[in-house]
Amino acid sequence: MAVLVIAEIQGDGVAGQRLSEQTCRAVTAAQQLSDNVDLLLWGTSSAHIVDQLQGYPLGQIHLLESAAVEHGLAESLAPVITALAVDYQAVVAGSSTFAKDLLPRVAAMLDVGMTSDVIAIESEDTFIRPMYAGNAIAKVRSHDAIKVITIRSAAFALPLTNGCDPVTVVRVREDIAALAVNDLSSFVSEQITESERPELSAAKVVVSGGRGLQSAEQFHLVEQLADKLNGAVGASRAAVDAGFIGNDFQVGQTGKIVAPDLYIALGISGAIQHIAGMKDAKVVVAINKDADAPIFDVADYGLVGDLFDLVPEMIKRLPQS
Amino acid sequence: MKVLVAIKRVIDPSVKVRVKTDGTGIETAGVKMAVNPFCEIAVEQAVQLKEAGLASEVVTVSIGDGASQEQLRTSLALGADRAVHLQTDSELEPLNVAKLLKGVVDRESPGLVLLGKQSIDGDNNQTGQMLAGLLNWSQGTFASKVEIDGNKVNVTRELDSGLQTLCLTLPAVISTDLRLNTPRFASLPNIMKARQKPLESESVDEHLSAMSQHIEILELKPPAPRKAGVKVSSVDELVDKLRNEAGVI
Repeated sequence: MAVLVIAEIQGDGVAGQRLSEQTCRAVTAAQQLSDNVDLLLWGTSSAHIVDQLQGYPLGQIHLLESAAVEHGLAESLAPVITALAVDYQAVVAGSSTFAKDLLPRVAAMLDVGMTSDVIAIESEDTFIRPMYAGNAIAKVRSHDAIKVITIRSAAFALPLTNGCDPVTVVRVREDIAALAVNDLSSFVSEQITESERPELSAAKVVVSGGRGLQSAEQFHLVEQLADKLNGAVGASRAAVDAGFIGNDFQVGQTGKIVAPDLYIALGISGAIQHIAGMKDAKVVVAINKDADAPIFDVADYGLVGDLFDLVPEMIKRLPQS
Repeated sequence: MKVLVAIKRVIDPSVKVRVKTDGTGIETAGVKMAVNPFCEIAVEQAVQLKEAGLASEVVTVSIGDGASQEQLRTSLALGADRAVHLQTDSELEPLNVAKLLKGVVDRESPGLVLLGKQSIDGDNNQTGQMLAGLLNWSQGTFASKVEIDGNKVNVTRELDSGLQTLCLTLPAVISTDLRLNTPRFASLPNIMKARQKPLESESVDEHLSAMSQHIEILELKPPAPRKAGVKVSSVDELVDKLRNEAGVI
């Protein structure tokens, strides 16, 4: 039996588009379930993506080109995936907002359960996933014939892409593609956050600020250090609630979960809900004037002092990346 | 239009969660419980729709043991009109929760169902989407703005990359994200008044026994602890350690 990975495309303009890193890592996860991994590629024009995927470790690509799936809405894609899934042992995607929206709908239509945010695959039916914001690690078993899972991309490597057979491309049958047409929902607009910085949940370095930054103006210090390290900017819920920065930057149980190589927490006390979002970082640095702040309990390197003195000094001491 | 809000009783978000030493579950004895924070936002949204004259009645529903009635009373104190308690002591999984909620939707015929985007215990982020799939309704997940206009609702959604606005045909299922609103606190008079509001309770054990188990939790473990860190005394020392010891810059 084979595994079906649901593609997500990222990048601007037709020329800049590519398979998202999360999808690439989902392919690696799928390879742990089966030697046969297929991909559903959807959109309005995907020929250049198909070209990019030659040499990729995929059996076949199901190509769904249709105006009905232009924006990848769950109401359109779920019936198509449900129809294709009956030939597969598993449907896999990265844990992006796209897949979190789509896959539970697919699972319900298939009358199967779903496993979210898988961080390790033990066998074809047994998965490891965090619960309680990572305060508990669960081993779960799916009893369904078709497994539906999303994977945490930080937990899976990129697939090897050399020495693979050419990928076959099969257009999704018209009667199945027609299932995408509905009048349940329609796209109105999109407001993409413009940033030169890496995306928070995939960045190798994350610099986050908390209430200790004191104001939105002074929060720029966080951005300056992030830029020096070519990292992403994050924030604690306290900083978001205080209006220093938008909610899309929130790291924590109710925000984004990050697992970078280096996480620097500036003026963050370390509430449980924040720790939950960053404790899988490889190296954690905390700078805080309160020596008793709980963030120091999870920091590999702690520096006690005034961040308004220490951070500019640190920026000066770091080489330009 | 009637609005149905599903809420869940969870461990209070400010409590440090501990796994039982035998790996069978989470320590809940004597632990403070609360309405799941995302569900609170869903209740607030429903009450605001009623205050704006867009909802005629707000009905809250919760599934769980008898103690869940406490969270339903809270929702009544926050402004819901009526509450439905589906009683069971069984462990629940998202698909079966969605099926039980579908039963309530079939009976109550709401024009809109509001839920939190995820509960902070299971962290599945599935129930709302599953309910929408079972009903074949439109879905607006991770909502940070909800604007009802006749038989349509515009929902602004929080994506990894920014915001997206969709227009949904009602009836719809909407799951709430943090920025949608700031939940109010229940006033003492409203807490008193909530005691008089209708709360019906029925057992769903029979329904549940007819449903299969899809996802079984075999074991729970605490996460691997982080090794103890060190305090450094200067920026120089910090930069040196990051470069030469950790090798991350």
